[in-house]
Amino acid sequence: MGRYVVRRLGQLVVVVLGATMILFACLFVLPGDPVGSIGGDKARDPAVVKELRAHYGLDDPLVVQYVHYVEKLGKGDLGEDYTQGRSVNEILQPKLVNTAKLAVTAIIFDVILGLSVGVLAAMRRYSVWDVSVTFLTTLAVGVPSIVIGMILQRFFVVELGWFPLISDGSFNSMVLPAVTLAIIDAALVAQIARSTMLEVLRADYVKTAVAKGLPRRTILTRHIMRNSVIPVITYLGISFGGLLGGALITETIFNWDGIGLALITAIQSQNNPIIVGVVTYSVAVFILLNLIVDLLYAALDPRIRLS
Amino acid sequence: MTTVETAAESIGTTAAGGPLLEVRDLHVEFKTRDGVAKAVNGVNYSVSAGETLAVLGESGSGKSVTAQAIMGILDSPPGRVAQGEILFHGQNILALPESERRKLRGNKMAMIFQDALSSLNPVLSVGFQLGEMFRAHQGLSKKDAKKKAIELMDRVRIPAAKERVGDYAHQFSGGMRQRIMIAMAIALEPDLIIADEPTTALDVTVQAQVMDLLAELQRESNMGLILITHDLGVVADVADKIAVMYAGRIVETAPVHEIYKRPAHPYTKGLLRSIPRLDQKGQELYAIKGLPPNLLAVPSGCAFNPRCEMAQDICRTDVPPLHTVTEADGGELPGRGSACHFWKETIHG
Repeated sequence: MGRYVVRRLGQLVVVVLGATMILFACLFVLPGDPVGSIGGDKARDPAVVKELRAHYGLDDPLVVQYVHYVEKLGKGDLGEDYTQGRSVNEILQPKLVNTAKLAVTAIIFDVILGLSVGVLAAMRRYSVWDVSVTFLTTLAVGVPSIVIGMILQRFFVVELGWFPLISDGSFNSMVLPAVTLAIIDAALVAQIARSTMLEVLRADYVKTAVAKGLPRRTILTRHIMRNSVIPVITYLGISFGGLLGGALITETIFNWDGIGLALITAIQSQNNPIIVGVVTYSVAVFILLNLIVDLLYAALDPRIRLS
Repeated sequence: MTTVETAAESIGTTAAGGPLLEVRDLHVEFKTRDGVAKAVNGVNYSVSAGETLAVLGESGSGKSVTAQAIMGILDSPPGRVAQGEILFHGQNILALPESERRKLRGNKMAMIFQDALSSLNPVLSVGFQLGEMFRAHQGLSKKDAKKKAIELMDRVRIPAAKERVGDYAHQFSGGMRQRIMIAMAIALEPDLIIADEPTTALDVTVQAQVMDLLAELQRESNMGLILITHDLGVVADVADKIAVMYAGRIVETAPVHEIYKRPAHPYTKGLLRSIPRLDQKGQELYAIKGLPPNLLAVPSGCAFNPRCEMAQDICRTDVPPLHTVTEADGGELPGRGSACHFWKETIHG
């Protein structure tokens, strides 16, 4: 088990290195000069440009730049950003907190909405409720978040005025982006919960539990729910990893000051250190969450052996 | 104590004279998209304390469905008991509310299933699942239930029970898993055990061990045992009497040893002929021609007629009742019956 974790963490390092390397190469071959975006539209003194290029090491060969980057990354330093000359760590830190807040809220909506809807649908199979759940969740999965976000904005902000249009970081302004993120996910959670529960309901061991004369509620909580919830947890863990990596579209629609929005802004201004920083972080978080899901999976299902 | 509880308690103490379990004219139907499947069509059988009834038949003959109806664990919907009575200690349990049926299950009547691996919950330890019996029916604490679980595992001779009580189903061998299922069934010393193909999923050598264990436990506590199987070989040593089922009906009943010597129904005859024998090495194995009937459209008359070598016109029109089978000279053959118009020709040649 300990060895398994160590090996998985080793894999994490390799994947993060690979991801940054690919990204580095991509940004390197991109047309345009990153220095051109520094300091606005004014024509610049060639001497200044030269100095800036030297400062950021942009004249070094790709390999040298990459090695320098990795050296810093090893110390947890994501480098220095182009536009403000500030440390990327410092810039991203509050945005990470914002994204994490949004992710946690969204995942809570997810669990409550998705699980209850899915479980009820499975228990009332073929009822009107079940059929409408199947219909609505399929619809929700198919609609892109940009559409959901804008519909919510139109209705709850413009028509009803319940929530602010531009987010100010308050809880009230977080509700709509969190719901937007949660709707698609909760629909998937509901579908997974429904189908696994239907499968478990038919399982032989549930019949055994009935034949043992256990009370209905015991059968439901101990024998049905526990087995049904395992695939849901797997999905939620991976989904949470994705959410923590920043929601580009939703954060942009609601102007939520998280790393998704930061990434979009950085791409528009060719602020390469931010781009690499955000992606490196997202990749690492995603892999870490996957590891946690695997460990949780083994804890919940004794048949899974980690090796 | 609620009245429900006392009613359930009273079952098991009343009617000491009659049979432990009596199934009367039981009909079970399943609603399917293509119509109503009649899985059980008027089954009658009885089991007394200490007696073993073997119910024989191929898949779809209704033998398991009858058992599930007795236990009250039919998948319903779509399944339902359409007609009939199930008397347990003389009381019709089909008339009891579900809350009382539940108290009988596991407590007074228990069931052993075919595939122990899928019948045990994969994410709960076997000790926990054994202990659940005591916690649900006797209100024992988790700790005491675990002690009882270890005792039970000892009783069914699982080695190192104390160390293995926390293990999971997948960590045991097939034979040991089936022993755990047996332990679960005998946990509360029920009056009746229904074993649904308890050895089908096991190796032949392990089959014998498991059957011996089951028979031994039954003798010790004088339980009634219904042994559901399609394997005539398993039955011979353990059962007292046999009921052969076909298309949801009992087609032949007999004390166990007589049926091997002198079957009184063509279907039983076919079953006996299809047992592989060592002295027939090299010859093609006999098989009853045709397929088991479609329960949505059971043939008219005798359901076996399309596959029967002896079938006459009457077999296609009249459903044969269960005739009392006698010697050729009219001498009694207790317990024997055959639902064949030509039972005399079948048994006496």
